[in-house]
Amino acid sequence: MTYNAPIEDMIFVLEELCGLKDIAELPGLEEATPDMVAAILEEAGKFASQVLSPLNAVGDIKGLGFDKGEVTTPDGWKSAYDQLVEMGWNSPTADGEHGGMGLPAVVNACIQEMFQGANAAFQLCPMLTQGAIEAVEGFASPALKETYLPKLVSGEWTGTMNLTEPQAGSDLAAIRSKAVPQGDHYLISGQKIYITHGEHDMTENIIHLVLARLPDAPAGVKGISLFVVPKFLITEDGSLGERNDMRCVSIEHKLGIHASPTCTLAFGDNGGAVGYLVGEPNVGLQYMFAMMNNARLNVGLQGVGIAEHATQHATHYAMERKQGGTPEDSGVATIIGHPDVRRMLGLMKSRTEAARILAYRAARSLDYSQRSVDANEKARHQRRVDLLIPVVKGWSTELSVQTASLGIQVHGGMGYVEETGAAQYLRDARITTIYEGTTGIQALDLIGRKILRDRGKAALEIVRDMRATALVLADQQGSSADWPALSGVVSGSAELIENVTNWILEQNGHEPQAVATDVLELFGIALGAWAMGDAALSAGRHIEGRSGTAYHDAKMKTVKFYMANVVPHANALSMIITGAAPSILNLKASDFGTAA
Amino acid sequence: MKVLVPVKRVIDYNVKVRVKADGSGVDLANVKMSMNPFDEISVEQAIRLKEAGQVDEIVVVSIGVKQAQETLRTALAMGADRAILVVATDDLHNDIEPLAVAKILKAIVDEEKPGLVLTGKQAIDNDMNATGQMLSALLGWSQATFASEVEIAGDKAKVSREVDGGMQTIEVTMPTVITVDLRLNEPRYASLPNIMKAKKKQMDEKTPANYGVDVTNRLEIVKTVEPAERAAGIKVASVDELVAKLKEAGAV
Repeated sequence: MTYNAPIEDMIFVLEELCGLKDIAELPGLEEATPDMVAAILEEAGKFASQVLSPLNAVGDIKGLGFDKGEVTTPDGWKSAYDQLVEMGWNSPTADGEHGGMGLPAVVNACIQEMFQGANAAFQLCPMLTQGAIEAVEGFASPALKETYLPKLVSGEWTGTMNLTEPQAGSDLAAIRSKAVPQGDHYLISGQKIYITHGEHDMTENIIHLVLARLPDAPAGVKGISLFVVPKFLITEDGSLGERNDMRCVSIEHKLGIHASPTCTLAFGDNGGAVGYLVGEPNVGLQYMFAMMNNARLNVGLQGVGIAEHATQHATHYAMERKQGGTPEDSGVATIIGHPDVRRMLGLMKSRTEAARILAYRAARSLDYSQRSVDANEKARHQRRVDLLIPVVKGWSTELSVQTASLGIQVHGGMGYVEETGAAQYLRDARITTIYEGTTGIQALDLIGRKILRDRGKAALEIVRDMRATALVLADQQGSSADWPALSGVVSGSAELIENVTNWILEQNGHEPQAVATDVLELFGIALGAWAMGDAALSAGRHIEGRSGTAYHDAKMKTVKFYMANVVPHANALSMIITGAAPSILNLKASDFGTAA
Repeated sequence: MKVLVPVKRVIDYNVKVRVKADGSGVDLANVKMSMNPFDEISVEQAIRLKEAGQVDEIVVVSIGVKQAQETLRTALAMGADRAILVVATDDLHNDIEPLAVAKILKAIVDEEKPGLVLTGKQAIDNDMNATGQMLSALLGWSQATFASEVEIAGDKAKVSREVDGGMQTIEVTMPTVITVDLRLNEPRYASLPNIMKAKKKQMDEKTPANYGVDVTNRLEIVKTVEPAERAAGIKVASVDELVAKLKEAGAV
């Protein structure tokens, strides 16, 4: 089904829950006034629904061709990519100095959600280019910047991230690829796997960012350096020169994102691929982690986008399909009248909307952390974005899988049939909980780097913000909601986060690791309650101030649904977190029997 | 040559239209509005003429509520050079009638002196299909309506028109009013840099009084109703019965 960008909801979240007006006062972001942002989202929405969305099913069904190291994208993909470049959608946040648009991360979040939602396999390519741009922009020498940035920013060339090797997945310390100095460059050799868009036919050149070890590098994570390795070398005058000594050996057959080439790349089969060191030797992993926030935010947004598309698809079907008698007061004869179908759609809609607010708030903090002129504010937002990223990445992507699965359920048997298109969302969403760090890795990041390392400072700061929302909710007088009840849900959620944070800080053993994924889910649901509480405040102001529309009514009902149907799970998670660790740690490998 | 492109803000073509409870018209409150698709085609054509070196300035005009400035910004983002907004009402349900629109446009043409007016053949809200023709009469200019191909050479414009039963090609003398049809071109998307540049382009705000035009409505809307729901079909037992029924319905 054609994707429709939820522009009204995006603008509501930007303006009323993320303070877009204030963001537009940060240095360098003055262009991002509300009317400008509305115009940008309108056009981005057209591009998503009219250009990217129609190619989504084609990509899934037709997939990719592979022959002698060359990848062929499905019909129409190159032309859509050319349009993306021509329209300037490739890297909206990149610095104006290199041809970017310098838009706020929070506005880019909307654009990325749209494009990912319309066609996830396609948008992965620009997403990785954005990562490569950040690495080069942030850490490379002026000469490398000059050679590579303008065409990466415009999208004439695409970028990739080469981290994984067969023995080095989640554990990058095990990387073996080599880099040997040779004059002004290095010769790179080794094998990289799972390289998204590592080879394709949409652009004339591909710029690989490759992690490898220098000959004298210390073992482990402190001996990894980052290199720029172009598919075609660049000559003095900037034109394409020789083909570099690297090739695509194969592409994977996957559960989903069929049109996104997942490549095995061989570097240096004929002596070594020419590569250029980014920044200092042996700190490549730090550079990668610096970009990781953005990449993980983008995958979180991909989760929100796919969940949104799956919800639209299921809602559309439920409004058309007639089956069985529906309750009279539902007002419709189609299956959306059945209470259980509305329960499923309500879960899909409310959690997607809550995840959207959290993701945009993370992006908002990213803007403040990069641009604020007030050192305290800057540091506070850096803590906030660091805390939120693993939650946004982990929770939004897990939700997208659940949402896509519910979408199939709404369709009944038709959903299991590929022709309906409902299954593609589930297959595509399934990777989002794995790449850019699995949910387990996000959860360990949350409890380790984000809670233990600062002794809960960032987590308890957000608890204070939640309590502030709860207080405002308690003060409301109008009749559009049961305000004391909403306030109670938000303050209860704040208490859960506070208790779990304190519990983590009190543990001495492996207990937090055992239940880390539950902690992450609790954070997602409880922070979602806070976000939805703020949404209720805004919607209520419109409804009671007589500027309310059908949108605000629906938002208020969606918040009430979320509070009643989703938040109670956080209580159960809290019991699991504080009680279940011993039962997990008690299970030894031998208790699972021997796999014969 | 300068080209004037009038554009109208209308209910978005994707929106499911609902009639207001009192039957006075279509409910436009909190409904997504966009540029009339035919006008989008005329903006695109003007840009193509400019790219071909036949036009040096594109002026877009919209007449209606203040929010029509968004529609003008869209045209500016596509590539128009400047805009004139004529705020003729503050009631978004008040549709300014074609004759009043044509009079205002005539006054603007007198001021701006374009060599060509390019506009949609009709707006998808009321399907009046009248403004272009009325403007041509008021100006005493030639007109070429329902254009699906436009070729300008010197002081002549060769225009292919979609008419009942086929295509007709006519030649008109410039200056002229051309109203465009669906197949003339496929409008472009506005690029991100152009959306951002559009904000800095000039937009003048005027009122009908500036042009001495009275925009009071002359037409009375008697009622507005939604199309009848499709009635249930019937099953026929034989071909003979089918033919009889079709004859009965006057279909054969």
